[in-house]
Amino acid sequence: MHYLRLFPALRLALITALFLAPARAADPLRYNRDIRPILSDNCFACHGPDKSKVKGELRLDVRESAVKAAKSGEFAIVPGDAKNSELVRRIFSTDEDEVMPKPESHKSLTAPQKAMLKRWIEQGAKYEPHWAFVPLEPVTVPTVKRQNWARNDLDRFILSRLESEQLTPSPEAAKETLIRRVTLDLTGLPPTLAEVDAYLADQSPQSYENVVERLLKSPHYGERMAVDWLDAARYADTNGYQVDRDRELWPWRDWVIKAFNDNQRFDQFTIEQIAGDLLPNATLEQRIASGFNRNPMLNEEGAIIAEEFLADMVADRVETTAAVWLAQTFNCCRCHDHKFDPFTQRDFYSLKAFFHNVTETGIGRDGTPIRINAPPFVKLPAPEIEAKIAALSAEVLELEQAIKVADADAAKAKATVEKNQVAATLAWTILGPTALTSASGAKLTIQPDGAILASGANPANETYTLTAPVTLGTIFGLRVEALPDDSLPAHGPGRAINGNFVMTDVRLVVNAPAVAARSVDLKTAVADFSQAQFPVANAIDADPSSGWAIQPELGKPHTAVFAPAAPITVDPGATVTITLSFNSPNTNHQLGRFRLAVTNAPTAVAQLATTNLPQPEQKKLSDPLNALKKQIAKTESEFPTTLVMDEMKEARPTFILIRGAYDKKGELVTAATPAVLPPIPEGEPRNRLSLAKWLVSPQNPLPARVTVNRFWQQVFGTGLVKTSENFGAQGAPPSHPELLDWLALEFIRSGWDVKHLMTLMVTSATYRQQSQLTPLLHERDLENRLLARGPRFRLMGEFVRDQALTASGLLVDKIGGPSVKPYHPPGLYEQVASGSSGTTTYVPGKGDDLYRRSLYTYWKRSVPHPAMLAFGTPFRETCTLQRTRSNTPLQALNLMNDDTYTEASRFLAERMIRDGGTSMETQLTHGFRLVLSRAPQPQEMRVLIRAYDRALADFQNDAAAVISLLNIGDKKTDPNRSTPQLAAMATVASTILCLDETVTKQ
Amino acid sequence: MNPLHLSRRQFLGRTSLGLGSMALTSLLNPRLFAAGAPHFAPKAKRIIYLTQAGAPSQLETFDYKPGLAALFNTDMPASVRGDQRLTGFTSGQAHLPIAPSVYNFSQHGQSGMWISELLPHIAKHADDICLIRSMFTEAINHDPAMTLLQTGNQIGGRPSFGSWVSYGLGTENENLPAFVAMISRPSGPTNAQPLHERMWSSGFLPAKYQGVRFSPSKDPVLYLTNPDGISRERRRAMLDDLGELNRLSFAEYQDPETQNRIDQFEMAFRMQASVPELADLSKEPASVFESYGPESRKPGTYAANCILARRLAERGVRFIQLYHRGWDQHNDLPKGIKSQCYDVDQPSAALLADLKQRGLLDDTLVIWGGEFGRTVFSQGTLTKDNYGRDHHPRCFSMWMAGAGVKRGHVFGETDDFSYNIVKDGVHIHDLNATALHLLGIDHTRLTFRFQGRDYRLTDVHGELVKGILA
Repeated sequence: MHYLRLFPALRLALITALFLAPARAADPLRYNRDIRPILSDNCFACHGPDKSKVKGELRLDVRESAVKAAKSGEFAIVPGDAKNSELVRRIFSTDEDEVMPKPESHKSLTAPQKAMLKRWIEQGAKYEPHWAFVPLEPVTVPTVKRQNWARNDLDRFILSRLESEQLTPSPEAAKETLIRRVTLDLTGLPPTLAEVDAYLADQSPQSYENVVERLLKSPHYGERMAVDWLDAARYADTNGYQVDRDRELWPWRDWVIKAFNDNQRFDQFTIEQIAGDLLPNATLEQRIASGFNRNPMLNEEGAIIAEEFLADMVADRVETTAAVWLAQTFNCCRCHDHKFDPFTQRDFYSLKAFFHNVTETGIGRDGTPIRINAPPFVKLPAPEIEAKIAALSAEVLELEQAIKVADADAAKAKATVEKNQVAATLAWTILGPTALTSASGAKLTIQPDGAILASGANPANETYTLTAPVTLGTIFGLRVEALPDDSLPAHGPGRAINGNFVMTDVRLVVNAPAVAARSVDLKTAVADFSQAQFPVANAIDADPSSGWAIQPELGKPHTAVFAPAAPITVDPGATVTITLSFNSPNTNHQLGRFRLAVTNAPTAVAQLATTNLPQPEQKKLSDPLNALKKQIAKTESEFPTTLVMDEMKEARPTFILIRGAYDKKGELVTAATPAVLPPIPEGEPRNRLSLAKWLVSPQNPLPARVTVNRFWQQVFGTGLVKTSENFGAQGAPPSHPELLDWLALEFIRSGWDVKHLMTLMVTSATYRQQSQLTPLLHERDLENRLLARGPRFRLMGEFVRDQALTASGLLVDKIGGPSVKPYHPPGLYEQVASGSSGTTTYVPGKGDDLYRRSLYTYWKRSVPHPAMLAFGTPFRETCTLQRTRSNTPLQALNLMNDDTYTEASRFLAERMIRDGGTSMETQLTHGFRLVLSRAPQPQEMRVLIRAYDRALADFQNDAAAVISLLNIGDKKTDPNRSTPQLAAMATVASTILCLDETVTKQ
Repeated sequence: MNPLHLSRRQFLGRTSLGLGSMALTSLLNPRLFAAGAPHFAPKAKRIIYLTQAGAPSQLETFDYKPGLAALFNTDMPASVRGDQRLTGFTSGQAHLPIAPSVYNFSQHGQSGMWISELLPHIAKHADDICLIRSMFTEAINHDPAMTLLQTGNQIGGRPSFGSWVSYGLGTENENLPAFVAMISRPSGPTNAQPLHERMWSSGFLPAKYQGVRFSPSKDPVLYLTNPDGISRERRRAMLDDLGELNRLSFAEYQDPETQNRIDQFEMAFRMQASVPELADLSKEPASVFESYGPESRKPGTYAANCILARRLAERGVRFIQLYHRGWDQHNDLPKGIKSQCYDVDQPSAALLADLKQRGLLDDTLVIWGGEFGRTVFSQGTLTKDNYGRDHHPRCFSMWMAGAGVKRGHVFGETDDFSYNIVKDGVHIHDLNATALHLLGIDHTRLTFRFQGRDYRLTDVHGELVKGILA
């Protein structure tokens, strides 16, 4: 037994044997239970469903193939005749060239496995359809010998199995244990002392059921249930990949919490998340729900190929859907037919066609402002912001009226000026280039009006170079016109997504035939409009990255004029070379359509400066107007948004991708569900909505089984099917197949009622057992698959922290809202985060943000919160249906030294001293109960007292340490209470928060 | 008798004494018993992986192409490019003008290895290293390429190389994690490619195999330091209380996880002593800092991390991974790469010398390289002394040194443009298979079942590169 303790995995092997071994030698072997796992693991890779890999024309997964003559003429299986079965000969062969599995596969059969295969063939080699694909049929509840133990039918299945194994259930757990267990399971928080005391005092037979009923109504129920679902959906607050900027999808997360709290039926929960946007008259809530499928990562790296990452993103949707609702490993058939299960590559791409028609590009753009979601998204109602905008808009209206009046006055004056200006306008000579290049390879074409239009490559940065002959003898100025064009994003004039540009440098070089080319020093710059912080003078300053831009005056023509210090004399036959650079940090911000001109009329420059530019009076009014408009734009950007699905009018064609490569297109496919499963009913459209309904159709044998199994895993630690993510041939067979089917049917019968299912489980006698291991159970069932005892396993990382916050009274239990940033070690982001991520350093929040439940902690995919990672949270990059539950020194360090726990210990200690009565014993008991719901036993009390006394004596001689320790954390303690007593109690509180029992549900 | 079998038995012996269960649970994993890892006598006990993040240009470092000078600013022939895709950085360029290296190469050592003038210190070790000029990958963007280099797959979720090794072989030091990662930033003004915690994550392997990040701060390992006011003595006393309470719980519940938790807290306590001792370079003699170069006195630099790498190797850490960011020279390459080489050349060379002098190079495998190569043609404007280079997956250079690999040897060859491999291509999977081989592991047998499939570092690929084995 000592060894078993140290060999968890050996135990695992034992228990697996327990489930797989046929009961007795005389019993008939069952294909599903006994044979398929052996064949699948050892033979199917070469003799299984992947048609391209089948060796010798022999498939062992299909009986017809296995019993007929293979390519060699031999019969692999002759039912009832092991002697003449080639399979038997080959598995027993000692000849290296003959033995199966082949030595190079590194697979080998054990002697019992060989014997079992032989016996199965002797018994007639009966195949069975794979259990997971068999339609659900009513199950008879077994009769049991032991009366009065079972509380519901679930218990009868468990007990019947225990009786056949000659095991007896454990006694019911103590009330304190039970209330903590069930409160943690249903809310992820420990019970309050009032709740514990009320339950202890309630002597009615329904006392426990009353607790369960109360917990299911708690708003924290939805938070607890959401955590597993967020793992499945790979929810995070950033886009992932290397740039990993923020995204906004928390309204979807809040929708999930609310759906669980409202006990939305699981079928409806599914339909709204897969296709909420396609429901007739979809509500805003239903559209938000469709955000489930916007959780995949989004690559924003420069210069990536959109098609490649669209393929990855949509494949992720297929794999996630297949894992969550069907528990099938579709990732295997992205590149080839599945090697173990009856799914083809065609099935994969047919399923992909459902998810491939969203108005999205497949990539993000790190040029867009940081908080802007990648379309499609919806804005959420925000009354405060709306009111702010309404007020601002009213001011705009007022100002615009005033400007109109001023304009009318100005118009008169202008008319006079314009007469002069005509001459000036005529004095501009448009440059007709003889050479025109783009450094990045953009296509530049000259338009009939002399303008130049850019198309094609649109890189991060750009330089245009243009050479043109000049016939004027003198140049007084250079004019750059930025012109709108319908081919440009937002009509231009720039090529940035919003139509803006940042022209960082303008250079003018005169090339005369006889003399060396000379660069002209441009001294002054004027423009009809410049964006704040982007004055036109930037284009001629020394800084190569500052420039002229025009937001928000986009989609309109603008003019800038540049003049040298003194007029330039140009010899006959000379040319000018003009270079326009766009090297700002704002990528893709180049001009899309522009026209260049020079003038020899000194008035032309002056005219522009005086007439085209806003007059002083207008400026006075337009400045505040622009400021207001900017403020409105800024306020608009504060609207919370959330990513949603939105179908394209015309579906994108979907092709089988050869070997999964995005650029190797094979056959065209249409949307269809996997061929081996019941189809979508005739006459229904092949769209996401039909797929969603199909995913929860009672005719579909998988979703109800898969879903009840996952809830079982959540409560009991391991699913009835241990591989909750894989119900295929390589998955584990169910430990209690009849119970699984019974639960699935009960789930459907109840109307996919999740609270009903949770109630069934947590009120069962099975769940209420105490969780102590006995020597017998240690030997027979350490993993607790048979459930002869209650569940005992470590809490998820989120709940370890939430529990400490609750016990110390620090928890701020607000539900939902944008994610928050609690304490975090410094320096982590700086080492790895992308400079353009917008989060190159972690700035912790303040006040309430530090004490919210952990599921609201900001989740950056490239650097998830290290305290959570230490407890085995996934990265949330892909779907996760089971977390690992390992136990590491990093967890110990986190619990001992993270400010979160040091601060919680101080507040727990304050509560102990303040509310725990006057004696040290009662105070210690109070703290112990706040965390564990039970009073310490005498032996434990002795340790606690000793710990307190020692710490007190120690701190009484070290005032500095007292101050240091009690000063950790943002929330301060009254200096008058910063005593050695409090420091000593905080040390004991920290010890309690580190206990194995504390981080465990037992 | 197989000496490795013996060592496993020795471990069994130590198990019953209750020593460090973290390493033991990994070593005693029955899957590995079934697989029998190590599968044969190892040449290397540990790996130091000097990861050059952002992809260093092979053309300015290890792949000498003298013929390019004559082709300055001519278009790369279409026949050379073949069907290679380009990134959006250069796919729009009208021309793909050839940019010869502005840096000179010369021959070094007995082997006469051609190495760039940017790497004078590494060049002195030409006869210690095995240079592979024919590495290749499929990925063309940083994140997928680095993920492939680290985990054998372009999409995240799989265990990193170090985690596989930690899972397969466990640790030799029960006071330190088996897999340590350290990150340094460029000293020059260059674009530092982001990294990702996933690079050293254990993927679907249990979290205890994840790489532990060492950082230059008061907490070299996260949450290592006791809160202010808690001395080591106080921590010891608290852990004694905690242990006693946990043992009471264990007595009642008999759950092995409780015992495991007691062990993990003890391991944490030992790490609180062993890690600061390890990270404290103050007792290193001045001569060490001199050999690793001036940057080595600044905590967190690549040079300082190289000294730490040697200290970790001395203490038996299995997998030591350094990342140096900043090799992504899309433009201003001559300036950027010079500064990068300054950061890594002397420390990398000093590490080799240091390991050698201490006899550690005999059982340590050092690997140096990035996630892909760079294009022979210029990205953006090409002038005589300035240009940039885009990502290039088809060929790049890496080197290995130490346990079990040839010394003073060049393996593989690229064409005249360093664009295609003409001889002995080595895929990342092949490199990983070979590195595992040197650790005594058959890469096809180090597997972990996840979602019903046996996964391995090399997926379904990987060929042993016999030509580089000593």
